[in-house]
Amino acid sequence: MTTERIEAPRSARAARSSGRGINWEKWGWIYMRVSGVILVVLIFGHLFVNLVSGEGVNAIDFAFVAGKWADPFYIVWDTLLLWLALIHGANGMRTIVNDYASTRPYFTLFKKNVSLSTIFKGALLASTVILLILGTLVIYTFDPCLGDPQSSGLQEICAAK
Amino acid sequence: MSEKSAGTLAASGPGQPASKKRGRSPRIGAPRAPAGTLYRGNTGMWSWVLHRITGVAIFFFLLVHILDTALVRVSPEAYNAVINTYKTPIMGLGELGLVVAIGFHALNGLRIILIDFWGVGPKYHKLMFVVVILLLIVLLAGFVPRHLMHVFGG
Ligand code: HEM
Repeated sequence: MTTERIEAPRSARAARSSGRGINWEKWGWIYMRVSGVILVVLIFGHLFVNLVSGEGVNAIDFAFVAGKWADPFYIVWDTLLLWLALIHGANGMRTIVNDYASTRPYFTLFKKNVSLSTIFKGALLASTVILLILGTLVIYTFDPCLGDPQSSGLQEICAAK
Repeated sequence: MSEKSAGTLAASGPGQPASKKRGRSPRIGAPRAPAGTLYRGNTGMWSWVLHRITGVAIFFFLLVHILDTALVRVSPEAYNAVINTYKTPIMGLGELGLVVAIGFHALNGLRIILIDFWGVGPKYHKLMFVVVILLLIVLLAGFVPRHLMHVFGG
């Protein structure tokens, strides 16, 4: 009589079936936790500076942003915040799509079956990449003397240029 | 007899001794209601539901927030016009909700991490949830009055 070997449940099949490949799901899991710890510091600091200290939300305007980004400290802070939070959020949303969205063929595109799950994850990836590029460009190409310095109240600083 | 599945082995088929046949069929009792586990029912499940809802809410806010901040690259006027709408009472209350959401998600996220990595984390998951709520209340006690003063003046 032949007996069939049944794999132990919950073995990291995904990792092994893809050969010596990287276990992406595991690294995603670790990323959620590592980024989470760093985000606590980054987000609470961000909220304190922008909403609590001084005049809170009322102080925020173009000049306020210019003041922050005149300091490399906040350039690094905001860059980390952008990348860590957006990737953490997008990966979390990917988990939720995996949980709820149908993987059955929804329509056919270029002779390939496309599911709702694939559409959502594609949209998620596209919006994440676009916003990461946009946000990074905004931080590093920021110009405090853009437009009419009269309206931003920065005429004294910008007159020198 | 070469290929027998577990199913046919259990039933008495041809070739099985007749003595194996029993008059009554085996009774399988109804399963007892499962006791609460970490993620089913009670604290574990509801903290997860809240963690998920707040995560989604924060994610969609982040999408908008990156776009509104990108207006600093358009013009000071454009940025100020949009940011000024954030200072109105209704948006002020929205910011409050957002801070509650991110406060819960952050503290409960740390709780999840402790459950995963700290030896006795799973044992204390309920206690840690209480601590999360208490810490959230303390943080909000500091934030809410100050923010309301900023928004409504005072
Ligand atoms: C403040 C610091 C934060 C901490 C400590 C934190 C922590 C965590 C942890 C531990 C998880 C669970 C991941 C898993 O089960 O594999 C998670 C999930 C998630 N987080 Fe965060 N997070 C934080 C900020 C954020 C931000 C800023 C966003 C949005 C942009 C976000 C969106 C999400 C989403 C959508 C999920 C998935 C929820 C689910 O699968 O049910 N988180 N977070």
